[in-house]
Amino acid sequence: MLALQILIDGFAISALYGLAAVGFTLMFGVCGVLNLAHGGIMVIAGLVGWWAAADYGAGAYGGAAIGVLAGLVAAYVTYFAVVRPIQRSRVIPRAEEEIFLLTGTLLWGIMIQVGSDYVFSNNPVTMRAMIPGVMSIAGVRTPRNEVLIGVVCWAAIGLLTLLVNRTRLGKQLLAASINPRGLTLLGFELSRIYLVVWTIYGLLAGLAGVLLASFIGVSSANAGALTASAFTIVILGGLGSVPGSLIAAYVVGYAETITAYLLAPTLRPIPALLILVVVIYVRPQGLLGRR
Amino acid sequence: MRFSPLVAIVLGALLFGVSAPWWLGAYFLGVFTVAYYFGVFAMSWDLLFGFAGEVNFGPTFLIGLGAYGAGLLNTAGWPIPLCLAGGALAAVVGGVALALPALRLRGPYFGLITLVAVLLLLDCIVIFAGVTGGEIGMMVPDVLSISARVNYWYAFGFLVISGAILFGLSRSSLGLILQATGQDRIEAAALGFNVTKHKLAAFVISALFSGLAGGMLTFYEGTASVDTVVDLSIAVQIIIAVVFGGRRTILGGVLGSVFLVLFDELLRPIGQLNTFVVSAIALLVILFLPDGVLGVLLRPQEGR
Repeated sequence: MLALQILIDGFAISALYGLAAVGFTLMFGVCGVLNLAHGGIMVIAGLVGWWAAADYGAGAYGGAAIGVLAGLVAAYVTYFAVVRPIQRSRVIPRAEEEIFLLTGTLLWGIMIQVGSDYVFSNNPVTMRAMIPGVMSIAGVRTPRNEVLIGVVCWAAIGLLTLLVNRTRLGKQLLAASINPRGLTLLGFELSRIYLVVWTIYGLLAGLAGVLLASFIGVSSANAGALTASAFTIVILGGLGSVPGSLIAAYVVGYAETITAYLLAPTLRPIPALLILVVVIYVRPQGLLGRR
Repeated sequence: MRFSPLVAIVLGALLFGVSAPWWLGAYFLGVFTVAYYFGVFAMSWDLLFGFAGEVNFGPTFLIGLGAYGAGLLNTAGWPIPLCLAGGALAAVVGGVALALPALRLRGPYFGLITLVAVLLLLDCIVIFAGVTGGEIGMMVPDVLSISARVNYWYAFGFLVISGAILFGLSRSSLGLILQATGQDRIEAAALGFNVTKHKLAAFVISALFSGLAGGMLTFYEGTASVDTVVDLSIAVQIIIAVVFGGRRTILGGVLGSVFLVLFDELLRPIGQLNTFVVSAIALLVILFLPDGVLGVLLRPQEGR
């Protein structure tokens, strides 16, 4: 019974972790950007979605849509105000672009966190469930919303896989991740592809933020921890590998859930960190990473 | 004189630092005291980052070990100097334990493993709350002094000595080899330098000064808490201070720290938004003056 409960609870939280990490890893794989404002973008989506649903009266679904849109806008601002100026800067040496992107997005993430703290306060908020009520899965009482979250996460990940593997646009993204120069030689505009990636990324992060808000709630204070967990999952799975991130999300999600149920909720974050340390020592490129 | 602007800046800063107790009130002396300890954090971090080219997200792992090590020894009844030495030793041992495996990794992986070290330390402090005081923090029985002026002199003296040693090291062969390693690891190794050994040396020195400064800060504030010495936001402040002041200059980190701490204080009237404004200014500096304030001040001279 407990095992089944862990299985169901762990599934939903892991799917959510996976959704949050997929955009992050796609961004690194195609654009080479590690976006440390990731948690901030998720928080904005969750907070705006909550505000629209509760105070503005847009309803659960309207709020969710507005929240995702807010995530998209936040991603665009990150790209145009922070990432692109650094990439196009003439005074920043190419070799040091990575550290500037890390520092720049980190600063931007803090600005988002403090700004949303100012506007929304740092009280955790929980969005109203999109589908209220509970249902029974093999005898375990499960909120319907939790099932919905698992389904939506996997639908989004499935759509992304279809997009990348089956469409012309997806092939361009793949090509850009393998050899950007080759792609430009074939006459494709790289900045257009980057914009597409940022759009996909914004939608994924926004959706993850909204679902997080309706599942365990969000607060501006979570921004750093959300970034760290996405970073952890992505490194564990292998930078740039989408299937790797999904596996890692499930490893982390279940490790946390099992610890919380069997040992103590306070120990929740520790096993994931230990697994990460071991994996990095034994296999620095992560589970499915390529060198 | 090749370094004349640098000499002028350093002399100006020293003059300011020495004369400050005569014309600054106790409140601002306290602000500068904290800023000076942060300056040492920043300089230690710059040695590792600016020169060896390793993004260490875990300076607070070393600082926290130093602070909590010193604090725990003090609770056990040891006098302050021994506690500081013990704290610094804890930081060095922890630094070596972290660096030996971590230096096998590169780039984001190295950054993440240092980040994980901080998170694990945070969790340990919270789990062993009975000894460490958990999230509330640990009071230490002794303090350096209760006079703002004496505390200021301790911090200033510590900053000047650490600054001189770290700056000297950065201009020594160790600094040059580290810089070469940061720019081209393979070529540096091909020239016959033991890259890992030098990076380990940089890590140990960084840990020594971070740990000492962490211990001193603990005995200045009379408490060691997660929020003041371990939290990731402290690491972020250190990184911002170095990049703002000018990376690869060692002394730039001090400028950056003073700016950060002072502005955070001066902007307090606008409430929570002060961090927002400080971050925004630092972001603008990164976008438009990537060499940092000190880098810009020194640049025309080097161009000649």
